[in-house]
Amino acid sequence: MSLPAFAELLERLIFTPGRNAKLALLKRWFATQKDTDRGIGLAAIAGELSFTAAKPSIVRDLVRTRVDPELLAMSHDYVGDLAETVALIWPEPPNRPNRPPPDLSEVVETLELAPKDRIPGLLEDWLDTLDPGGRIALIKLVTGGLRVGVSGRLARQALADWSGQPVEELEEIWHGVPPPYLPMFAWLEGRGPRPDPRDAPVFRSPMLAQPLEASDIAALDHRDFRAEWKWDGIRVQASSGPGGRRLWSRTGEDISQSFPEILEAMEFHAVLDGELLVMRDGEVAPFAELQQRLNRKVVGPKMLRDYPTGLRVYDILFEQGEDLRPLPFDARRERLEAWFAATRPARMDLSPQIAFVSLEQLEALREGARAAGIEGLMLKRGDAPYVAGRPKGQWWKWKRAPLSVDAVLMYAQRGHGKRSSTYSDYTFGLWREDDQGGRELVPVGKAYSGYTDQELVWLDRWIRNHTTGRFGPVREVEKALVLEIVFDAAQLSGRHKSGVAMRFPRIARLRADKPAAEADRLETLMAMVENRAG
Amino acid sequence: MAAPHPESWIRVTPQGLYCEPGDFFVDPALPVARAVITHGHSDHARPGHDAVLATPETLAIMAARLGEGGPRSPQPLAYGQSVTQNGVRVTLVPAGHVLGSAQVVLDWQGSRLVVSGDYKREADPTCAPFEPVSCDVFVTEATFALPVFRHPPASGEVRRLLDSVSLFPDRAHLVGCYALGKCQRLIALLRQAGWDRPIHLHGAQASMCELYGRFGIALGELRPVPRPQKRGETVLPGEIVLAPPSAEASPWMRRLADPVTAVASGWMRVRQRAKARGVELPLIVSDHADWDDLLATIAEVGAPEVWVTHGREEALIHALAGRGVRGRALHLLGREEDEDAAPEPEPEPAEGASA
Repeated sequence: MSLPAFAELLERLIFTPGRNAKLALLKRWFATQKDTDRGIGLAAIAGELSFTAAKPSIVRDLVRTRVDPELLAMSHDYVGDLAETVALIWPEPPNRPNRPPPDLSEVVETLELAPKDRIPGLLEDWLDTLDPGGRIALIKLVTGGLRVGVSGRLARQALADWSGQPVEELEEIWHGVPPPYLPMFAWLEGRGPRPDPRDAPVFRSPMLAQPLEASDIAALDHRDFRAEWKWDGIRVQASSGPGGRRLWSRTGEDISQSFPEILEAMEFHAVLDGELLVMRDGEVAPFAELQQRLNRKVVGPKMLRDYPTGLRVYDILFEQGEDLRPLPFDARRERLEAWFAATRPARMDLSPQIAFVSLEQLEALREGARAAGIEGLMLKRGDAPYVAGRPKGQWWKWKRAPLSVDAVLMYAQRGHGKRSSTYSDYTFGLWREDDQGGRELVPVGKAYSGYTDQELVWLDRWIRNHTTGRFGPVREVEKALVLEIVFDAAQLSGRHKSGVAMRFPRIARLRADKPAAEADRLETLMAMVENRAG
Repeated sequence: MAAPHPESWIRVTPQGLYCEPGDFFVDPALPVARAVITHGHSDHARPGHDAVLATPETLAIMAARLGEGGPRSPQPLAYGQSVTQNGVRVTLVPAGHVLGSAQVVLDWQGSRLVVSGDYKREADPTCAPFEPVSCDVFVTEATFALPVFRHPPASGEVRRLLDSVSLFPDRAHLVGCYALGKCQRLIALLRQAGWDRPIHLHGAQASMCELYGRFGIALGELRPVPRPQKRGETVLPGEIVLAPPSAEASPWMRRLADPVTAVASGWMRVRQRAKARGVELPLIVSDHADWDDLLATIAEVGAPEVWVTHGREEALIHALAGRGVRGRALHLLGREEDEDAAPEPEPEPAEGASA
C-alpha cells in the first residue's frame, strides 16, 4: 500500500506552508515506511530521482482512449493541470483489478528497466488499481512533475531530527550514498556503520558567522581577528577530485549545472569555500546580475557571456584529500595562499585580507565601503578551526549600516501559514512628478519583516480600517501611513516600475506621526543606487 | 388524452420556477405569495415570502435564519405526505442534502415533474437519504457536474482529519465548513469515527447545531471557542474547531494555537482551488451529488428529460445527450454555484455572550 501512502504524504506536503509541519510529516514517513520505499520516496521528494519515464503526451493519449474528448476538454479547462485532470477523470474500471496498488519501488524499478513501448501499458494497469490521489502521485512521479516544496536540506534536517544524528554528519555522507539510501537508513537506525563516501564529492557543512552587534564589539580584542570584505554573492563550496566535481550551495544543493564555467575551471584536488560572484575583469557586479544566473537548469552561451561568474576563495577545507579543517584559520590561510600560488585556477581569486590596527579603524572602513558587491566585513579568529555550524565567537559578520527611506504604505497582503489572517506583506511607494505637473506615488518595494508583534497587530488594524479597494488577497489602503524602510542596497532594475530595486527591505519604524506628503521622493532612493552608469 | 408535457405547466420566470396551474413557485429568488422551498440554504430559502410549504425542519431553519423575513404563513408538510393545490399534487420526498431537504414531486393531469433541489447520494447520519422517484422531467442541480468530481467516502476524509490531529497534537485544527448541513454532518462523522472530545464551534455554527439537536440529531458535547486568558496566549491545541470558511481570514482565528487550516468542501478536490485559499488540509466532503451520482440518479429516475438548474450544466447536458436523455439548461437567477460561498462570518457575539 505504499504508493497511496506516498500520495498522502505528497498531498500534505504540497499544502503545508510551515517548516516544522513539513519536518513532522517527513519524520513520520521515515518512521512508518519500509525499505526501499521510504528511500525512493525521499529521493523523489528531495529531487534526487533523476528519471523521467514518460512524457506527458503518453498520459494524454492514454486518457483519450477512455474518456469522451469534450468532457476531457471541459475538465482540463476547469482544472488547469493536465496530470491532475487525468488523475481525477480516469474512469474507475467496472471491476477493480484483483491486486493491490503497486509499491513505490516497484513503479520506479519497473520503469527503469521497461522498454519504451511497454510504458503506456504499465501505466494503464497501475492507474486502474489506484484512487485519485494515488493516480496524481503516479503521474507526477513518472512525468517528473513532483514539486512539493521540500529542499534536500529540509529532507536531511528531517532525517537528523528523526534519527538523532547531527545534520552535519548527514550532509557529509548524503551525496556519497545513492537512492534508496539503504546503508544510510541502516546507520541511522543503528543497524550498520556510518557509510563512507570515500572519494565521492560530498558536501561539507560550512562554518557560519554570527552577526556582530554593537554590544559584542567591546568584548573583542582586535588582535585575535583577521578581517575580509563580506561579498554580496552566494556562498559556495567547490569540491573537486578523482571522484568528480561539484559546486554546492550553502545549504548543500548541487548547483554544478548552473555554473559550468566554474566547474570547468576546477582542475584540482581540493575543497574550497568562497563566494560566487558575477565578475568582469576582477570587478564585482551587483547581486541583481548574479540573480540572472541562479536556478537555471540550462545555461546558454549568451548567459555565460553576459553574466560571467567567478569564485572569490576565502578558505580551504581539503587539499589532496588531506582534511585541513582542524587547523587554525591562520594556518589554513597560509595553505590556501600557497596552494593558490601553485595552482592558479582560472576564474578564481583570493579574497584579500584587510590590514588594520584597531576596531575603530575597521568600523570606519566598513562605513566607507559602498562599492557594489560589498555587504560589510567578516571578522575571523586566527586560531579558529573550521567547525560546521555557527560556533560562538569564532566568525563574525559585520554588515554596514543599512540605508533608509521614508515611504508611504500603498497595498497590503495577507501572509501565509500563521499569518494567513494578518495583513503582513506591505507594498510601499515614494513620490515622483506625474505627467500633469503634480505628484504621484510609485511602488518601490515590498517588506514583510522588521516589525514587532505589537506593530504587526497595529498595522493589521490600520489596514482593515483604511482599505480603499480589494483585489483578491490584496487591499489597497489610503495613502496616509509613512513607514521607515531600511535596506542593504539599491540597484537599478528594468523589472520594477520605479526603475530601482531594494535589497532586503524591512520595516524599521512606523511613522504614524509623519504626514504622507513629507515622505521621501524617488530621487532620494535613486541617489543611493550603486550601479549607475557614469 | 395524453398527459401534458411539463413544459406546458411549469416555466422559468424572473422569480424562479413557476407552476402555473398551482400558482406557486419552487425556491423563488424574489418574494412571492406562495412558495415551496426545498431546503434551508440561503440561495434556496429567501426572505419575504407569504405562504411557504416545506418540511417542518426546513421551516424551522428558515425561521431561525431569516427572523423577521421568515415565512409569514408556514405550511409544514412531512416527507411522503401530499397536498393538492388547484389540482396540482405536491409531495415532499427526502433529498439527502441537509436536515429537512426535500425533492418536490409535482403531479398534474398524469404528468410528473420532480424538482430535486440540491441532493446527494452518500449516506449522511444527519438527514434522511435521497429517495429516487420516477418522473417525466427531473430537475437537477449540476454543482459538481464535471467528471473530475468524484467525491471520496466522507468517512475517509474524516479519518485524514483525525490523523492530522494525532500528528500535530500541539496545534488546533480549524475546519472551515458551511454552517448548515456540512458542520453537523462533520460532527456526526467525527463521532462515528470515535472522536468523543468536545468539538468547538465558531459563534456562527452553534445555533444550527442546537436546531439539529431539537430534531433529535445527537452531536455530542459542543462548546464555544474560549477567549485567551492572557494577551498573546492561544487556545485549543489538539482540539477540533468548526467555523464558517471565511473565518480563516479573520482576526478571530488568531486566538487558536498554531492552527492547521482545513476546509471541508467538494471543491477541495481541485488543488488549485485549495491552494488559492491557502488551505493546509483540504478535505473533500460535499453535500452535493458528484458526477457519477448525478448520472446514476438520472438513470434511476428514468426521466426522458432533465432540466438543469445551476452549476456546470454544459458538461451534464453533453453527457446526457450521449445517453439519449434530453437536457435543458434553466439558467435560474440567484443560485450560488459555490457550495461554500458563505457570507462573511457573523461577527462574534459580544464578549462573554458566547460562553
